[in-house]
Amino acid sequence: MNKKQYESIVAYLFLLPNLAGYLLFFLIPLVFSFLLVFSEWNFISGLQGIRFIGLRNLLEFPTDTWFVNSLRNTVVFTVVTVPLAMILGLLVAVALNEGVYFPKVTRTLFFMPHITSIVAVATVWLALFHPTRGPINQVLRSLGVTNPPGWVASSDWSLIAVIITGVWAAIGYQMLIYLAGLQGIPNELYESARIDGASPVQSFFAITIPLLLPTTFFLLITNVIGSFQVFAQVNLMTQGGPGTSSSVLVFYIYRAGFQYYRMGYASAMAWVLFAIIFAVTFVQWKIRKRLMAVY
Amino acid sequence: MNTLAEPTTPVASSIRVRSASRVAPGKIVLTVIMLALGLTMILPFLWMVSASLKIQIEVYQFPIRWIPENPQWQNYSRVWLGRYPFYRFYLNSIVVAVTAVAGVLLTSSMGGYAFAKLKFPFKESIFLTYLAMMMIPPQVLLIPRFIMFNAMGLLDTLIVLIVPFTVSAFGTFLMRQFFEQLPNELSEAAIIDGAGHVTIWSRIILPLARPALLALMIISFIWRWNAYLEPLVYLRSISKLTIPVGLDFFVQENTAQMNLIMAAAVTATLPLIALFLFTQKYFIRGIVMSGLKG
Repeated sequence: MNKKQYESIVAYLFLLPNLAGYLLFFLIPLVFSFLLVFSEWNFISGLQGIRFIGLRNLLEFPTDTWFVNSLRNTVVFTVVTVPLAMILGLLVAVALNEGVYFPKVTRTLFFMPHITSIVAVATVWLALFHPTRGPINQVLRSLGVTNPPGWVASSDWSLIAVIITGVWAAIGYQMLIYLAGLQGIPNELYESARIDGASPVQSFFAITIPLLLPTTFFLLITNVIGSFQVFAQVNLMTQGGPGTSSSVLVFYIYRAGFQYYRMGYASAMAWVLFAIIFAVTFVQWKIRKRLMAVY
Repeated sequence: MNTLAEPTTPVASSIRVRSASRVAPGKIVLTVIMLALGLTMILPFLWMVSASLKIQIEVYQFPIRWIPENPQWQNYSRVWLGRYPFYRFYLNSIVVAVTAVAGVLLTSSMGGYAFAKLKFPFKESIFLTYLAMMMIPPQVLLIPRFIMFNAMGLLDTLIVLIVPFTVSAFGTFLMRQFFEQLPNELSEAAIIDGAGHVTIWSRIILPLARPALLALMIISFIWRWNAYLEPLVYLRSISKLTIPVGLDFFVQENTAQMNLIMAAAVTATLPLIALFLFTQKYFIRGIVMSGLKG
């Protein structure tokens, strides 16, 4: 056995736990899941109950209001939550980077929601959003709002309640990553901009924003992936309701799979989610590449 | 960061002296604003702690009495030792998170070593498959894994929350990126001295990779500790629950008792926040490092 063969064997032994784990817990389930996309199967009927139905699961989507509304709500959640959390996180990061006393304490205050279990977060916000007795509406009433929103009990406001919770929980992470990005910008750039007579606002748009572009794209891509998978807040705060007003894709996947036991249909939805995430990430990569070439 | 600051040290120090010699009013204003906003951020936490020490009818009283007149510490013992025993959930969560993270550190550092330092056939294609794996949302795997675990008779055991999570494409990727930056001279010298790859991996590479291992440890610990969807689907018995699902089940059962719910929420929140406060430096470095490299 020569040195090259020996190295290959060693390499595969080092990779063995990984490869075995991947085969067993990723590849096999992945193939199984893909087959389920084209089948109808009520889990309770046992494995012999699987029937192949071709594309019927996929054809059912446009006629299923739960699916259509869940998809729409997921998109709305993402489109509102991601930019909002990123802008607020950036503003906090810029302010902290300007220099404050007790930077660690301040940073911790903003960061705390991010490391808290989303279940605890949702539990607390559910209490805060209580339509009649919750502190938020009590405050609104004491400020003279006679008819405050019904939040989780209202089909106009339930998704907004979920979004507010999501933004609140996400700001700290954006802040932390932006802070790391800001610290990579050399101070001399701001110095010379100041000497050239640029206002702080001008420097912000001419220096900070462009130089943070890689950070922004990183956050954008990971946030979009994450928020397409939003589940916990919805399951805990609204159960998708009232009606379908705050249902999201993963919540409906969970409901179809584990409450109605429609394993095929739920798998088909999971693959739709996968396809959307893949496509959106791909487009963002393309845009990133083009923009990075400009700067 | 330090290397960047080095050449400008004289300028930097003169700036520091100037700002120290006179109090900067702008900085004070900014500090006050940011502290006020920060406190607003954690108002939900403060409300949670306050409500957890009240009797039921006080919880929603308005105006809010932030410090309860008569702190009900027994709310906590009722939560900890009641029908939903949170001490048990803690134990389960610790077992799950610690073993899964230990597994991830081991498999990722081994895989990362192979990808970064060894040559073998199909290296590129296997690595690309790994990257593709990172794109798959976990929800796709939820149903087939559920069916698989059911067939194996493993549903409602902690094993299903541990074993599949001892391999991580993300972890392997992170380790590979870090190992690639390590110079090859040390391992080459070791090979000349007759050391095998296991020795190089364990004695040379791993000690040098401590920051990356720490980062991976912290980030995967948070993920495992806070995992919600998988335990929700795979667990049934109260004695098996981890903290997030334990809290969820508790909330479903006690909807009327908001004070106890908040005591349970505080219980669920405390460990990670305590861990964060004590290991802040590593924590933040871990999150930033895994973020910027992932």
